[in-house]
Amino acid sequence: MSTLIKTCESFGLNWFVPFLRLAKRDNPNEQLRQILLNIGVPFLAVLVFLGAWSWAAANVKVSFGSLPGPVAVWVETKNLWADHVAERAKESEFYKRQAERKKTFRAESPTGEWKERKYAGKPTYIDQIFTSLKTVFTGFLIAAFIAVPLGILCGLSKVFNTAINPFIQVFKPVSPLAWLPIVMIMVSALYNPTEPMFEKSFISSAFTVALCSLWPALINTSLGVASIDNDYLNVARVLKLGWWKKVRKIVIPSALPLIFTGLRLSLGVGWMVLIAAEMLAQNPGLGKFVWDMFQNGSSQTLAQIMVAVFTIGFIGFFLDRTMMVLQKAVSFDGAAIR
Amino acid sequence: MAFLELNNVSKGYGFGPKRAEVLRDINLHINEGEFVAIVGYSGAGKTTLMSLIAGLQRPDEGTVTLRGETVTEPSPDRAIVFQNYSLLPWLSVFENIALAVDEVFSDWPADKRRAHIEKYIAMVNLTPAREKKPNELSGGMRQRVSVARALAMDPKILLLDEPLSALDALTRAVLQDEIARIWADSKKTVVLITNDVDEGIMVADRIIPLSAGPGATLGPSVQVDIERPRDRRALNHDPRFKVIRKEIITYLLGQGGRPKASVTRKLVLPDIEPEDLTIPRGLVSGRLSPIRRREIKQETVEVE
Repeated sequence: MSTLIKTCESFGLNWFVPFLRLAKRDNPNEQLRQILLNIGVPFLAVLVFLGAWSWAAANVKVSFGSLPGPVAVWVETKNLWADHVAERAKESEFYKRQAERKKTFRAESPTGEWKERKYAGKPTYIDQIFTSLKTVFTGFLIAAFIAVPLGILCGLSKVFNTAINPFIQVFKPVSPLAWLPIVMIMVSALYNPTEPMFEKSFISSAFTVALCSLWPALINTSLGVASIDNDYLNVARVLKLGWWKKVRKIVIPSALPLIFTGLRLSLGVGWMVLIAAEMLAQNPGLGKFVWDMFQNGSSQTLAQIMVAVFTIGFIGFFLDRTMMVLQKAVSFDGAAIR
Repeated sequence: MAFLELNNVSKGYGFGPKRAEVLRDINLHINEGEFVAIVGYSGAGKTTLMSLIAGLQRPDEGTVTLRGETVTEPSPDRAIVFQNYSLLPWLSVFENIALAVDEVFSDWPADKRRAHIEKYIAMVNLTPAREKKPNELSGGMRQRVSVARALAMDPKILLLDEPLSALDALTRAVLQDEIARIWADSKKTVVLITNDVDEGIMVADRIIPLSAGPGATLGPSVQVDIERPRDRRALNHDPRFKVIRKEIITYLLGQGGRPKASVTRKLVLPDIEPEDLTIPRGLVSGRLSPIRRREIKQETVEVE
């Protein structure tokens, strides 16, 4: 039971712990108070929010009718899901038909040329979510592979840090909307394979995400490396560890908690930047979804955009929590991370 | 030529008028297998002296030589145990020692290295804790890991930089005995830096006081000719212990002492012992004159 409690705590599920303690009969009054605080209060706050929203929905008129309330948004969520299920059914239907056609074709001419076709239906909302996730992780990984080694060099060498610092200071505040046109033009110029493995819009979005999410990881890594306890470096000196071994055995492990803090911030920034990048680059993810809905302006539009807002929020929250668990797993000092 | 020699070593920090001289004219000769304790004030430059011997810093003047070779950089030959343990917190006890052993004995087969590590963990009585991380250990246990790591490198000389200062008095006493035992077993040359004169007498062959800074230098060395193993309880009453202690303390408080910034007044108690006047005087002491303090109390030297 106590290991279960510890697991919950390390996964950031602190609100669930009082239930476990209550099951253990561990000071029931205190646990009930905790439950009321950790669950009752947020629950009330959500109720108040939903109430205010419903009230606003009934009273605010927009160009195409009224503002959608919570119920309308919930209905749209179900619609989007139903769309997805229907589209998947159509797709499997298509492949089934194709397989049958192939069979009859082969029966007639065993050596003739048969062309396999791909289903060309529109991407559903769920597909768009996965496209967005794929794009953000690609961008994030590019950023991590550049930022972490660069940050380690910055932390180890004052000269290198001084050389890099002006770029960090100037490029860090640049908005994704400013990077995107440059990235798109560069991608058009440099990426022209005959059989493209990736869409250009995907590459542009991923690189824009990388450019914007690079900085927190870079800064935190270099800080983590620069603030290594001098004693650990003395250990490396006494043992006469080579440069590479020193980095691998002493520098990276001791900077790991801050490296992960940086990566967590980077992923957060990347997810935020992604939506804007996708809107402009027309990468078929959540950003494009929001943009398309805005453009088509039907009566369901606003409700669907709100569904997207909640989806973006929940996924961002989930990504942050995942990174937090990783961050806790690599922290050797047992420091509390929230 | 002695095993370890420091000749006319000086070290300071900064330049020009801001220059602070830390050590000056340090001459130290240590023989192979000897256990030397250097005792001095905190802030006198003890750690700087240790860094010079370890090769973590270079002297401004003079030379440090080990077996006739000039020390220019740190090396596993001169293993150092720091006051704050400097264990790597993400590695277990075993892994911390393994990091050193794998590096120093990289040409050994894996199982020989493993047995070597286990031997030193056992030597400091930490076998049950071998998989623990440093922050799960007490201060005394951490320092033992640190000592084991240093010894496992099989150094020519072991440098102990105030290894016990951060520990409580009881743990300190236990570890002092352990250090003395390990030294007796391994017969390594050891330099111990401490601010505790008793600790030095307990474990060392020779004690050298380091005068107060700035510009600290070594005082006359004092041989500790008390047979080993030394018993802590018996030691306190040993007249040789008292003589050595007095000699070191006299130097540290006298010519090796801090230059006094202000004049301290010395209070002299009246040379008379309090007595119960309701009892006629002759009944207790057998005489009618007042009892003198100096007749019944033996004054001992007290330091801070």
